[in-house]
Amino acid sequence: MAKLKRLAPQKAKNPKKTFKRLFKFIFDGKYYILFFVILSVIISSLVTVFVANMLSLLIDDYIVPMAREKSSDYRPLLKALILWAAIMLVGIMSVYAQARLMVGVSQDALKRLRNEMFRKMEKLPISYFDKHQHGQTMSLFTNDVDTIQQMISQSLVQVISSTLTLVFVFIAMIRNNLIMTAIVILCVCVLLKLTKVIGDKSSKNFALQQKNLAKVNGYIEEIVSGSKVVKVFTHEETAKAEFEVLNEDLRKTMSTASCFANVMGPVSNNIGNLQYVILVFAGSVLCFITGGAYTVGSIAAFLQLSKSFTNPIGMLSQQVHFFLQALAGAERIFALLDEDDEVDDGYVRLVNMERGEDGKLTECDKHTSIWAWKHPHHDGSETTYTPLRGDIVLDGVDFGYDPDKLVLHDISLYAKPGQKIAFVGSTGAGKTTITNLLNRFYDIQDGKIRFDGININKILKKDLRSAVGVILQDTHLFTGTIKENIRFGKLDATDEEIVEAAKLAGAHDFIMTMINGYDTMLESDGEGLSQGQRQLLSIARAAVQDPPVLVMDEATSSIDTHTEQIVQSGMDRLMAGRTVFVIAHRLSTVRNSNAIMVLENGRIIERGNHEDLIALGGKYYALYTGMSELS
Amino acid sequence: MKSLREYRFYALITPVLMVGEVLMEVLIPTLMAKIIDNGVYRGDMAYVERMSILIVLSALCSLTFGVLGSFTAAKGSTGFAKNLRHDIFDKIESFSFKNIDSFSTSSLITRITTDVQNVQNSMQMLIRICFRAPIMFIIAIIMVYRNGGSLVIIFALAIPVLALFIYNNMTSVHPIFSRVFKQYDNLNRTVEENITGIRTVKANVREEYETEKFDSVSQSIHDDFVLAQKKIAMMHPFMTLISYACMLLLAWFGAHLILDGKLGTGELMSVFTYTMMILMNLMMIAFIILTVTMSRASAQRIVEVLRTESEMDENENGISEVPDGSVSFKAVSFSYGGDANVLNDIEFDIESGETIGILGQTGSGKSTLISLIGRLYEATNGEVRVGGHNVKEYRLSALRRNVSVVLQKNQLFSGTIRSNMQWGDESVTDEEIKKALESSAADFVFSNPLGLDAPVDQGGTNFSGGQRQRLCIARALVRKPKILIFDDSTSAVDTATDKKIRRELKEISPDATKFIIAQRVSSVIDSDRIIILDKGRVQDIGTHSELLERNEMYRGLVNTQLGGKENG
Repeated sequence: MAKLKRLAPQKAKNPKKTFKRLFKFIFDGKYYILFFVILSVIISSLVTVFVANMLSLLIDDYIVPMAREKSSDYRPLLKALILWAAIMLVGIMSVYAQARLMVGVSQDALKRLRNEMFRKMEKLPISYFDKHQHGQTMSLFTNDVDTIQQMISQSLVQVISSTLTLVFVFIAMIRNNLIMTAIVILCVCVLLKLTKVIGDKSSKNFALQQKNLAKVNGYIEEIVSGSKVVKVFTHEETAKAEFEVLNEDLRKTMSTASCFANVMGPVSNNIGNLQYVILVFAGSVLCFITGGAYTVGSIAAFLQLSKSFTNPIGMLSQQVHFFLQALAGAERIFALLDEDDEVDDGYVRLVNMERGEDGKLTECDKHTSIWAWKHPHHDGSETTYTPLRGDIVLDGVDFGYDPDKLVLHDISLYAKPGQKIAFVGSTGAGKTTITNLLNRFYDIQDGKIRFDGININKILKKDLRSAVGVILQDTHLFTGTIKENIRFGKLDATDEEIVEAAKLAGAHDFIMTMINGYDTMLESDGEGLSQGQRQLLSIARAAVQDPPVLVMDEATSSIDTHTEQIVQSGMDRLMAGRTVFVIAHRLSTVRNSNAIMVLENGRIIERGNHEDLIALGGKYYALYTGMSELS
Repeated sequence: MKSLREYRFYALITPVLMVGEVLMEVLIPTLMAKIIDNGVYRGDMAYVERMSILIVLSALCSLTFGVLGSFTAAKGSTGFAKNLRHDIFDKIESFSFKNIDSFSTSSLITRITTDVQNVQNSMQMLIRICFRAPIMFIIAIIMVYRNGGSLVIIFALAIPVLALFIYNNMTSVHPIFSRVFKQYDNLNRTVEENITGIRTVKANVREEYETEKFDSVSQSIHDDFVLAQKKIAMMHPFMTLISYACMLLLAWFGAHLILDGKLGTGELMSVFTYTMMILMNLMMIAFIILTVTMSRASAQRIVEVLRTESEMDENENGISEVPDGSVSFKAVSFSYGGDANVLNDIEFDIESGETIGILGQTGSGKSTLISLIGRLYEATNGEVRVGGHNVKEYRLSALRRNVSVVLQKNQLFSGTIRSNMQWGDESVTDEEIKKALESSAADFVFSNPLGLDAPVDQGGTNFSGGQRQRLCIARALVRKPKILIFDDSTSAVDTATDKKIRRELKEISPDATKFIIAQRVSSVIDSDRIIILDKGRVQDIGTHSELLERNEMYRGLVNTQLGGKENG
């Protein structure tokens, strides 16, 4: 499994709108929680301000008077301390309450977000996956959800509390002294300016670093995964030299980037120190000028306040970055959630039928082996039942993945129940495309496809797809046991049915040689299974599904002849009694088809059975004799 | 650690600079305390001025140390990471096939990317904070003692309580997090499987089932996260609780001390500042311990690679010329390290210039057999001889230069067609490339107006399977080797092209010995001789007609694949 490269962070196009929507999503109507969170933040910020002021209270109201009066009555101080302790306790409790509330809110929101995304993904039409790289979609679930998680669980509260603290501290500072406040504001401006300059440099270098890192990792991935080829071609030294260049580039940018990031700390720290000195100085001057009206305690308090003022500013400037990143991620996620679902407006359903005593078929809820299409007619006349047989007709079908560029032109063909139709042609001729239309992975531009005489556009997709079995060229196996993988074809299949299907497919024997048999766990897309074994499993899947119509994209490469025979006979058994569409890569397997369609550039150029086509002496003949010349 | 090398200086100087910065930073509150006590209170403006200048100077000092430290820390840790990557990469390049097999490529990739990143991060942290935090911590305590005297006792109580709490909290949260990470893998895997297998899911109408599956994983992540976060949510309030408690105690006892004349108000203020410093740094230390333990696993995985010795002796002083393309196996057996031998007692002689077909079922040892010729693996027993010498006598690079293998799982690399062809031979001319491409039926390249400059994506994904195989064959031909080996290299090529390639091969390199492993009898039918492998043994060797006559297995293959036409 290829590791996903981190996509470069992009700016949100419409941050305000996205923020509103994200906010709405996070609290999901439970705004009373937001109320409590803000309330507790207000309380804890107030307490923080109070604590910052505590020292001056202590000095001015208790120590200094006590020292003046040479009093040793500590009772007032003790009372005050108990009061303060109570206030602090309230503060601590509100800090805890706010943290606990946010845990619930954030985790709940993340869960809902993930679930909604996945649900959406399962509903998207296939064309979405054609248009978007797998890595891109994957990164929505990993990188983007991560940034949102970071934002909800940390940044959100911090931004709220930092802002509130800022406001409170600011008010407290103004109340303390205006001139001193002005000095702090000035210092903060300088600090902000400096951090912006450094931050810009740093983030520019970070972007560069990410780019170089992607290059290095890409190179490593390519060379290491191809390391056997590297050795065969004794390419090691060149690879080392090339790697060295990329590696050094990365080191340089990384070094600069992290240097700028590191510098931030000492710089803002020492600006804080300088600010402190300036304030002490200014405070002392004020103290002199006012002749002690501006007290030492006030100076002390102000110094504390000024620290509480710069801290949240640093915090905010840090969080802004995360915030923007999360908004960009949220925007991408919402774009996914806003994609159109695969439309399924079919109304013809597949239902079970029961043969009554009078021999007539009636619809029932039970599982019977008789199926029919239930077709409620729009014109209000009665509902008709058409037995499921597997009769397929394509009539003048045009199709293009891009409506302007047709891939298939005017395809007409029919398959009677139980017939085998083969498609032959070079890569890109449109063979696979035709089969994708049968189960409505894509909708056709023109023409009609009928299943048992019913236009497939009228059939509920879910039911259409369970009536059409597909064996793709690449078998996708999912993490789970072999049994579960075979059951993929039919959810309610019993264990007996599964074994039966595996036997039919010829997979039973190899499954039994595994230690845990049908309960053997498959991981990483069936790692450890051979190509042939995977194919046998996919045949078994189709056998469990037991559909009247079967589409097979025949895979041939990398299977040895012995396994191929087993696969072939499994397929033969499966095909018996079904309407089958085969995409053939080897002409030897299509000879016994009822009809062979030779495709070229999206058109059927020849059709007929083997003998007809040989007699025709066209493309098929050329292909076939090309092979017979070899054999 | 050895990978520090030229960056050792930076890594070592950083802590020194850090100490400088920390000293200054700790000194400043003391100076500030003095300003208040001796200057402001006494109205001694000259003192305030003097001390202010001192503070400004130490702030500047601290700034200088800090900036320098940032610079050296960045340089040291990134240099370390660079060297580490370099070392691992070199090591991997020196690995034999056997080494690569034992690690698996995906795990090697994780080690050199993610693991190095982890180690680099904690290295950066280590040289910056690891010294800073404890030093700060200790100095701050000393300063409290100096300024506040007996007030330091309060910390003697507070610190163990806090440390115990942090330790407890982290050890109980850590396992939950590692469980969550596993479930994350689970979640991501489900997403990934559903993206790549969306057609399978939809064709089988499994959307609802998969959604339910996803929901349950998502739910358990939610539950675990809530559990972990609840515990973490305790951390901040508890920290606040302890620091508030310290403050109240300081206020109470501080008041006493001041009134007893043992402490100045300024000193009390500085003690307050140091208190925050001490508690902050305690948090930092706990945090470092956590990250270091987390990156320890990564470090171990890296060391594992670096400690592995290459299985293969490159034999730099060996014979550098391969005289001809003759190959002989003398009682060769081979095992990948398990109990069972993959090859048993293989014995044959092949003359230079012969074309040899190899047939056999999957697992019969065909690919293993041919990989011994280019010494991709070392024979466990017996002797493999090429051009009359044991393969071990050659310089490895010389041997491989003359043995071109088109591997079953072959790969193109990102670049252009030309750059890929140059893998075969760096000094190859366009003319020669053209010829090789024509011979391997890869002349489709020229229908692209860019020709040899046409881009190749990573893994050659912009070409079809058949095209990739043909390009890989061309790449092998470019080297003009003495021995050419095709390991099922034409499986995705249609039979007519397959035949054309084999015809061309004879012309372009008539003298090279050729081995062709194939699934199709038709691919080997016109070879000089055909080797039939069965369960790791040579079951038979001979020409097509000889085998047809005497070998039942071969006859069976011919009959099923060619429909017995050859006979009739």
